[in-house]
Amino acid sequence: MSKMVGVDVGGTFTDVFVLDEATGTAEVAKVPTTRPDQSGGFLDGIGQQVDDLSTVAAVVHGTTAGTNALLERKGAKIGVITTHGLRDVLEMRRRDRPRTWGLRGDFEPVVPRNLRLEVPERTLADGTIRTPVDLDAVKAAAQELIDADCKAVAILLANAYANPENEAKAVEAVRAMWPNDHVSCSSEILPEIREFERFSTTALNAYLQPEVSGYINRLDRALTKGGFDGEFMIVQSNGGVMGTDTACRLPIRTALSGPAAGVIAAGHIAKTAGFENVITGDMGGTSFDVALIAKGQSMLSPQTSIDFGMVVRNPMIEITTIGAGGGSIAWVDKGGLLNIGPESAGSTPGPVAYGQGNDRPTVTDANVVLSRIDPESPIGGKLDRLDVDAAATAIDTHVGSKLGLSTVEAAEAILRVANSRMAGAIRLVSIERGFDPKRFAFMPFGGGGALHTGAILKEVGIGSAIVPRYPGVTSAMGCVIADMRQDFVQTINTLTATLDTDALRDVMQRHIDGGMALLNAARSRFEARDIVVELDMAYVGQTHTVAVPLPVTVDGTTVAAPTIADIGAAFDAAYQATYGRLLKNGTRRVMNLRTAVIGRRPKFDLTTLAPKGGGVDAAKTGTRQVHFGDTWHETTIYKRLDLPVGAEISGPAILVQPDTTVLVDPGLSARVDTYGNTIITRDEE
Amino acid sequence: MTAAIDPITLAVLAGRMEQIADEMDATLFRAAFNPIIAEAHDASHGFYHASSGDTLVQGKSGLPIFVGVMAFAVKAVIDKAAEAGDLADGDIYIFNDAHMGGTHLSDMRLVRPYFRDGQLFCYLASVGHWHDVGGAVPGNYNPSATEAFQEAFVLPPVKLASGGVIQQDIIDILMRNTRLPQSAMGDLNGQLGALDLGVKRLDELLDEYGAETVSAALDALGDRAETLMRSELSGLPDGRWEAVDYLDNDGITDEALPIKVALEIHGDQMVLDFEGTAPVTAGPVNIAYPTAVATAYVAIKHIFPDLPANAGVMRPIEVRVPDGSLLSAEFPAPVGGYTETILRMIDVIFSAASQAAPERVVANAYGTINALSIAGKRANGQRWVMFSFYGGGHGGSIESDGLNHGNAPISTATIPPMEILEAAYPVMFRQWALRPDSAGAGQHRGGLGATYEIEVLEENAEAFLFGERGRFAPQGVQGGGDGAMNVFHFEQASGWETPPLASKMLGIKLTKGQAVRLDTPGGGGYGPASDRDPQLVARDVALGYLTADLATELYGSAWQEVSA
Repeated sequence: MSKMVGVDVGGTFTDVFVLDEATGTAEVAKVPTTRPDQSGGFLDGIGQQVDDLSTVAAVVHGTTAGTNALLERKGAKIGVITTHGLRDVLEMRRRDRPRTWGLRGDFEPVVPRNLRLEVPERTLADGTIRTPVDLDAVKAAAQELIDADCKAVAILLANAYANPENEAKAVEAVRAMWPNDHVSCSSEILPEIREFERFSTTALNAYLQPEVSGYINRLDRALTKGGFDGEFMIVQSNGGVMGTDTACRLPIRTALSGPAAGVIAAGHIAKTAGFENVITGDMGGTSFDVALIAKGQSMLSPQTSIDFGMVVRNPMIEITTIGAGGGSIAWVDKGGLLNIGPESAGSTPGPVAYGQGNDRPTVTDANVVLSRIDPESPIGGKLDRLDVDAAATAIDTHVGSKLGLSTVEAAEAILRVANSRMAGAIRLVSIERGFDPKRFAFMPFGGGGALHTGAILKEVGIGSAIVPRYPGVTSAMGCVIADMRQDFVQTINTLTATLDTDALRDVMQRHIDGGMALLNAARSRFEARDIVVELDMAYVGQTHTVAVPLPVTVDGTTVAAPTIADIGAAFDAAYQATYGRLLKNGTRRVMNLRTAVIGRRPKFDLTTLAPKGGGVDAAKTGTRQVHFGDTWHETTIYKRLDLPVGAEISGPAILVQPDTTVLVDPGLSARVDTYGNTIITRDEE
Repeated sequence: MTAAIDPITLAVLAGRMEQIADEMDATLFRAAFNPIIAEAHDASHGFYHASSGDTLVQGKSGLPIFVGVMAFAVKAVIDKAAEAGDLADGDIYIFNDAHMGGTHLSDMRLVRPYFRDGQLFCYLASVGHWHDVGGAVPGNYNPSATEAFQEAFVLPPVKLASGGVIQQDIIDILMRNTRLPQSAMGDLNGQLGALDLGVKRLDELLDEYGAETVSAALDALGDRAETLMRSELSGLPDGRWEAVDYLDNDGITDEALPIKVALEIHGDQMVLDFEGTAPVTAGPVNIAYPTAVATAYVAIKHIFPDLPANAGVMRPIEVRVPDGSLLSAEFPAPVGGYTETILRMIDVIFSAASQAAPERVVANAYGTINALSIAGKRANGQRWVMFSFYGGGHGGSIESDGLNHGNAPISTATIPPMEILEAAYPVMFRQWALRPDSAGAGQHRGGLGATYEIEVLEENAEAFLFGERGRFAPQGVQGGGDGAMNVFHFEQASGWETPPLASKMLGIKLTKGQAVRLDTPGGGGYGPASDRDPQLVARDVALGYLTADLATELYGSAWQEVSA
């Protein structure tokens, strides 16, 4: 039982990362994702590297099952029971619109209006119960939803964050009669002020519950049947892992599970390699995902919109997506300007060069025409070869002829515009957070990112890039690295001066007890257990709160009450850091308490991934003509995984490995570090 | 094109410059103290032409109405500086005069010339809605104002910085004239920071590409926008189309005020002529000429959403506003309620344009921001004021029904959550719901308006409303029906009452347990009701968007034969 297995199921491939803690070795595998039942590919991928599942201590899974169910609107038929007068909150949103310009488009919530039922009850903002919940009405509503064949239900009552009593009674009544476990309740899922965000998160949880818990249970059974007797865990959007029972209860926390694991791995790899500040860029078929890691910490955002009107409020690793992936289509508009995306050929039919029916040029086609991608050995192994001529024709027809450019010029133009958009996303993500991107390293991962490294370094003015040894399986590696983590929130909404610190302590203790119970139930070993407490605070009159880290004293697992002075000082420090100045005589308010309970899992030694032996000359496979800037360059090709530690390669060069092509532009140099990462730097000018 | 620039450099520079403006927006949103900027993004940034003030590039995340209006603010500064003859590197002008710079007095405009190698290259500008700029009413939404002086202090363009040195005197005057100096100072710092960032980024860009190339790119982008606009107009038939709609009243005299437009297309040009619009009014529903032109721009951007945000778009379009009309009010006519007037302008432009380009235009949205304020004193003597804008339905379009409960076309602001309002003020929402039967009928019906019923939980409160659409419904297009009108009720000992001026009222006294109810308009419908799929009608009935009787009245009885 010494093996840890990380599995990331993506749209096209299922990636597996196997770490053997006893031997200190790591293996990777990449197999096609199976549909509709992903457990086929899941087990097949593990089976490529593990003969006997009983040797596996833990399987950790980053999943897009929840994301896809939300995006494709393939969740369950569900119902809602809510406060009289509020049945339309989910549909009214926060009075936004899908796009700034055009005023088109409508919105369909995941629960239709006739399955959103109101019951008499009302709690006021101060927690006073104005109208006790009418339990007969609740039961009648539940029966109506059961009769309508709803598979899950969400209980959404006004101000339940301030006093959950009405909601708790309603939920108890519904659970007693509901035919399955799928009853979600807003004060259990998110006891935080703001009804739309709380209701939306809770309703989406219910919407996912039948689908995601079914999926997890299928995988669990298949693993068990294969002889697995270890622990099965799921990655959450916050980058921590949770047990499968928690995942089945809170499937909404998997909404961004897959990409989060990738960022966790990126952070660990970068930090180990000596880069505390790194911006990651994951280039897939349709999108380029950017995340920022400062001082080793990935940024968490408190909420996200999965789609218009589909808000999930849970801490999530902040990932910004732009529509510039390998499959993004290049086109010239009526004003004569070259555009990339947002339309994408995705992976099916894919770029023109795939020969699967698309005839409009993509970013990948430009890379193929410029010979940056080897047409004879396409990534992933699905195709025998790429059709360079078809890609060239498409570029001529749709871009070259319209702009008066040769094929090669047009292909370079497509890359310049695509690179400029990616660089723009990196700049904006860092600026919005108040960071200067020039002080970060860039880490490409995913299949395509490493083709664009040089351009991004140049465009953004970044000094170096770090390409992980296995960029195509970064998310799967992240599964093995991620800590176990539970987040809790409770709205307090009290002036700091009149705060009941003992009551605050009690809530903190409840959070800590809940988190510790989950850590205790886990079979993982933890190196350490951390408790992170934050308060959302603001001056009275402000709506934006500041996240205030609150130092707490914990004796064993018993937390001590903070003093009002502690809280005031912590606020001043955080506010000063955010806004640069304090408000004289401002009255301070504590809006929410947030507690994270983290079980630190042992980090494996990344030197296990480093190449053993090898030589630069032995890794060389030949040369080919590759186009950079305005001319063709004789470019040396290396098998990347055969390069030894310390190898130094001057650009132009191409480093190939089964799932990635690393491009070293002229004027750049690549070096293999002690962990097998490739560090790319700009040559002195 | 004025200078040769290769199309690829142009595409890259277009993205880079737009991004600098976006970064300026982001910088202010992050730094601003007041939620109107921080949360509702009531602000904007961009680059403007050195001699004409025309918009060259503007950020994407600011308030839509600013996209056209900022050019006038810059032009006002250009004129002022030309008169004084003392424009220098490091100057920053500041002003809020709406008659020179458009919109209303709450919007504080900062304009900074950008010099390169001793030559004026362009202007940078930042505008943001400050929380309070003096005047008779906190927050500056004064429905009884008859002069600008009652709305706010009025600052013409003056130098906030001269040759790089901040003039503390100006800051002292500003801070003495606002009820919220800390908030104002925070916003001012944020705007200065955004301009600094813009200068730094522009320096870098010019270092990298050279001033000539960037200048050529800016010209080319304007030309390109013009080309795109002309190509769109050429695709539309020639002709003249008219539309008229009305404001309920000016808040003082109960008289309907026509807003009229004739839209003409000749080849690749368009004229929007507002002849026949009501004269300037005593109450605050006037707008200044710059606002009128900017509004035309907003309407055009909604009709052609893919066009870039620069002045080139407007070159083929002539906006004619009659002198003396409420669309070209002179100082010191009050303009505080400008939002209602420009929403109506957008409505008539849509109605006229829908006859020329039915596939491009959506039916009228709800057409009022419904500024509702409820205020009082708590038992402990503390004063409270709950002030918010409320949403309504969007119009149907060729592709779909209108959006239920959306925001106004001039804004992208969201509404505060009910729980935040209930936690901050002694109120309880009895209803926060969609308003059945409010959608304009049509092949694609309008979106539903909303019903907000708000009970006061303490004694001696007072409410006021500044709304519209109480007498004239949002119009459908292409044969679509009208949305429901705005209806406001307030509870008194005698029962539910409505305001004499329909959509505007001051000083409504409420006691504990009494409520007000706002039923906001739905959007207009698109296409004849008879073309609506009976299945969709049956679905609307099943979901309670539409009552059965009204369904039959509007759509006939075919829906009763199908199952939802």
